[in-house]
Amino acid sequence: MSKVKDYIYRPEYECMTRSEMENLQSERLRKTVELVYNNCKPYRAKMDECKIKPSDIRSVSDLCKLPFTVKHDLREAYPFGFYSSPQSDIVEIHASSGTTGKLTVVGYTQNDIDVWSEIAARSLAMAGVTKDSVVHVAYGYGLFTGGLGAHYGAQKIGAGTVPASAGNTIRQLTLLRDFGATHLCCTPSYAIYLGTEIQKAGMNIEDFSLVGGAFGAEPWTYQMRSELEKLLHIDALDIYGLSEISGPGVAMECMQKHGCHIQEDHFIPEIIDPETLEPLPFGCEGELVFTTITKTGQPLIRYRTRDLCTLSNEKCACGRTTVKMGKVKGRSDDMLIIRGVNVFPSQIEAAIMNVSGVSPHYMIYVDRINNLDVMEIDIELDGNLTPDKVSDVEAIKKKVETEVNSYIGVGAKIRLCEKGTIRRSEGKAVRVIDRRE
Amino acid sequence: MLVKQLSVFMENRPGRLYKLTHALGKEGIDFVTLSIADTKDFGIVRFIARDNDRAYEVLKNEGFTVGITELIGVEVADRPNALAEVVSLMEESDINIEYLYSFVLTNHNTAKILMRVNETDRAVSLLQNKGIKLLSEKIL
Repeated sequence: MSKVKDYIYRPEYECMTRSEMENLQSERLRKTVELVYNNCKPYRAKMDECKIKPSDIRSVSDLCKLPFTVKHDLREAYPFGFYSSPQSDIVEIHASSGTTGKLTVVGYTQNDIDVWSEIAARSLAMAGVTKDSVVHVAYGYGLFTGGLGAHYGAQKIGAGTVPASAGNTIRQLTLLRDFGATHLCCTPSYAIYLGTEIQKAGMNIEDFSLVGGAFGAEPWTYQMRSELEKLLHIDALDIYGLSEISGPGVAMECMQKHGCHIQEDHFIPEIIDPETLEPLPFGCEGELVFTTITKTGQPLIRYRTRDLCTLSNEKCACGRTTVKMGKVKGRSDDMLIIRGVNVFPSQIEAAIMNVSGVSPHYMIYVDRINNLDVMEIDIELDGNLTPDKVSDVEAIKKKVETEVNSYIGVGAKIRLCEKGTIRRSEGKAVRVIDRRE
Repeated sequence: MLVKQLSVFMENRPGRLYKLTHALGKEGIDFVTLSIADTKDFGIVRFIARDNDRAYEVLKNEGFTVGITELIGVEVADRPNALAEVVSLMEESDINIEYLYSFVLTNHNTAKILMRVNETDRAVSLLQNKGIKLLSEKIL
């Protein structure tokens, strides 16, 4: 009894035959490789090192000759070293957290914002958003791409957009109900939280106009989908993106609810073995890699997302012919996603090292309590301290809390432990225990 | 004229206090005083042992986070208002008592008060001027 009418926003691209798509990708790939080779120093250096000239790249089948790009490369070039356009052409800058506290910066030209709006619009169309819809965006607005990405997509379609941003649950519910939101965009865990708070706030879901939503920025399960759909009486679809490539809308689930369609006329996907780096065939699980082929500000070649999933070229009943990616199963690095924010244990370690009075022995516990991610850090007090006053110890705890929060942008509960009580591991240190399902 | 006290950081969970008391007990070290300041997550155990230096050594070897603090100890008559008189002396001179505990030994008609203040030297001379008897470790 679905109220969502999935429609194809750009059939001329989303329903191309394979040979049409490959021709288009090949042409755009050639242009992109020219662009980065001539304008982006790190890419010229990488390609020179592999003795690859732009002229060696004729079609998508040559893609595997090109070197990979990793997050570390972007960080090395902080802040603007990966631009392929003059700084004056950059109209918007986003950033996500890097592994050691340094930000990963992404610059967008007007062309890139247009590309992003286009793919976000195609995505929202899968959730049935039209100009008559009201889209409530409860992703954070800011350097994080969630808020503005959903916003651009809704604007492109011409839907009424409510830029609610994150936080203040009671106000979110009031806005959703009173403004007659038909669609909700936020993290799936926050959507479930909103759903469970409706009753507590003395509201009735029957008074809401919601029919669907696009939920992403963190991995979620099919069980979470059915819970979310039951709570909010909607169709809940998965939206995928990462700021390095564009933001939300790189891929999106259609109403078949079986994998996300990748916007292949803008991004070429590959799956590789994260150990050997060899490309893997459809259906094999490996690391997802993207090459952007229409961006001009900061195009990326074979960018390793670290997300582990599969790709499928099976025919989809929705009519779209683009390749689909399965649910992200995990990461090939140790990144955690806490309430939609990317967190690396190394950032937490860097924050802890700034505080005197604690040792570098810590353990991070992540739980999902009442559908919200909760992070707790056990950390050993420095064994050489001579603690006598409670307030001195409380001050150390407070300092760790403040440092961690300012490094990663997410709060954590700190528990100070006695020396020697955090498990020491032999070999690779276990720093994180993720108890979320 | 100060009294040495040991302070130990301890997580607030079952078994921790046993580990500390047992570590000292099996070495034949006797407690003279013991008090605990507790919070939800952790506590600070403060005590005076018959042999503080050995107690410190034993606990360090067992991996405890332990420190030595010097406290002011005074002896007052075991009667109503005796504690209040000492406290008011501090208050009048604007000295803050960070913590305090007191005890009475059997066969004595005096009470002992142990306290940590923010201005130890000034507090000591105030007490001495008033003729209040200060304790040393040996008297304990």
